[in-house]
Amino acid sequence: MASRIEILNDGGLRSDGRRQYELRDIGIDFALQGHADASVTFQHGLTQVLVSVLGPHEARVRSQTAHDRAIINVEIHVAAFSTGERRKRTKGDKRLLELASTIKSTFEPVIQTHLYPRSQIDIFIQVVQQDGGLLSACINGTTLALAGAGIPLFDFLCAVSGGVHSTYPILDLNTLEENDVPHLTVAIMPRSERVALVTMETRLHVERLEEIFKLAVDAGKVLHIEMKSALQKRTRSLVTSLGDGSKIGHAKEFDMDEL
Amino acid sequence: MRPPSPSIPEKEFVYEALKQSLRLDGRDLLDIRTPSLTFGPELGWVECAYGKTRVIAYVEAKMIKPPPERPLEGIITIHSEISPMASVDYELGRPSEEEVMITRMLDKILRRSDAIDKESLCVVAGQRVWHLRLTVHCLADAGNMLDCACLAGIVAFKHFRKPEVEVVGDEVIVHQASERAPMPLAIHHMPFCVTFAFFPDPSIRPVIDPSLLEQRLSTGLMSIALNAQREICVLQKAGGVPTPPDEILRLINVAVTLAKDLDKLVERRLREDWDGRKIEVV
Repeated sequence: MASRIEILNDGGLRSDGRRQYELRDIGIDFALQGHADASVTFQHGLTQVLVSVLGPHEARVRSQTAHDRAIINVEIHVAAFSTGERRKRTKGDKRLLELASTIKSTFEPVIQTHLYPRSQIDIFIQVVQQDGGLLSACINGTTLALAGAGIPLFDFLCAVSGGVHSTYPILDLNTLEENDVPHLTVAIMPRSERVALVTMETRLHVERLEEIFKLAVDAGKVLHIEMKSALQKRTRSLVTSLGDGSKIGHAKEFDMDEL
Repeated sequence: MRPPSPSIPEKEFVYEALKQSLRLDGRDLLDIRTPSLTFGPELGWVECAYGKTRVIAYVEAKMIKPPPERPLEGIITIHSEISPMASVDYELGRPSEEEVMITRMLDKILRRSDAIDKESLCVVAGQRVWHLRLTVHCLADAGNMLDCACLAGIVAFKHFRKPEVEVVGDEVIVHQASERAPMPLAIHHMPFCVTFAFFPDPSIRPVIDPSLLEQRLSTGLMSIALNAQREICVLQKAGGVPTPPDEILRLINVAVTLAKDLDKLVERRLREDWDGRKIEVV
């Protein structure tokens, strides 16, 4: 019998050495994969997802087109080696379908779909490693990939998970904590400070919920700063390389604060 | 199957009315339709109606051998189906998005929130456990089938009585209801589901328990499942209209008050029904 690992010990440290409100390290890589318009490898602690975005293009299934906006198609594939134990997930798995449907409805108010009637935007998510916070990593990765593909968005969408361990709120849970502690995932639009997604599947008291909800919204804003700077860096490098290839002038310095 | 969109005059009328805080059926923005519960002759058969939305739920129990990885717990399965009887838009065999959503929410609310104690369903460890099967049939869709289905489900579990069993050595004797009074299930808490509908116009406030037209015209739904002890079991708001956090907290508090009223209503109806059944012990 393995000894019980403490979620939060007396020194205020969690099982992986973080403090109560500390978020895990974030890695963002915009390396292009295949034929996608943009792809992002988003790493949140040990959770790694690869998001590719294609579109907008003509819808494959004509009967599902909307005459006034683009439809969003989300497909998720979880690698069998992504969790601690090897587990093959079939494509029709209810949890995966639900996850895809959640991501699709979360992005509906964020993507400016009215600009592309009768088209389809494809989002392909490949989960390489999971260690908690899968939904938030998928949402963050998708936001960056959409922005990288040049699809107009109303705002970023920053997601983070939070939980409460016997009255102590903790942010950004890993798998160990998710199995043990009631938790929720919140996705916010940071500039307008509005909540686009909130899901919780475990029992939590109302007062505890209020606390962790507000904290998660603030954490989303912190994530926004990181994601924005990564996107700006990538755009800057693209612009510089474009400028170097030009025969006429240098790359113009333009205002990055518009992002 | 995509439901046909409401006509433009209907849409404009409903939006105008909602801007003035008026709903088509005369309710307030934060008023639900009073649920009515009817119990069948068998124990564990419930019909729940929210206005014209009707759902039937019933519970059946069987004894089976448990899977080797969980020898000490019973098994609960939930089978929900929306037949074309509910509305023209539903096809048999092909689950629409709404059907998938209802199935998943029922699963989360009734099974994953541990409303029913599974260890009490164990009869002989590793050999015999109870397998409870909840079947939910949606009969008529007049909006908000999810809340109706959840209420029907949890009340069906509360109403159900499992036959009394006696374990003598290696033998398991199941007593008929006529011999020994059946036992109620061990229920930890009663989760109730409350759904809010959001509309695209920011001047229209969210509406509770949407009717069919309001549900079709809404751009987002938020469902909260909670019990009378102020614990939230499931909270689901995916996309729809981005809302400020304070608004969400306000709606959660509305749901908390509502859950208490629902709890009292359910208790009262169950008591009335139980008094109506005379189980005589000869």
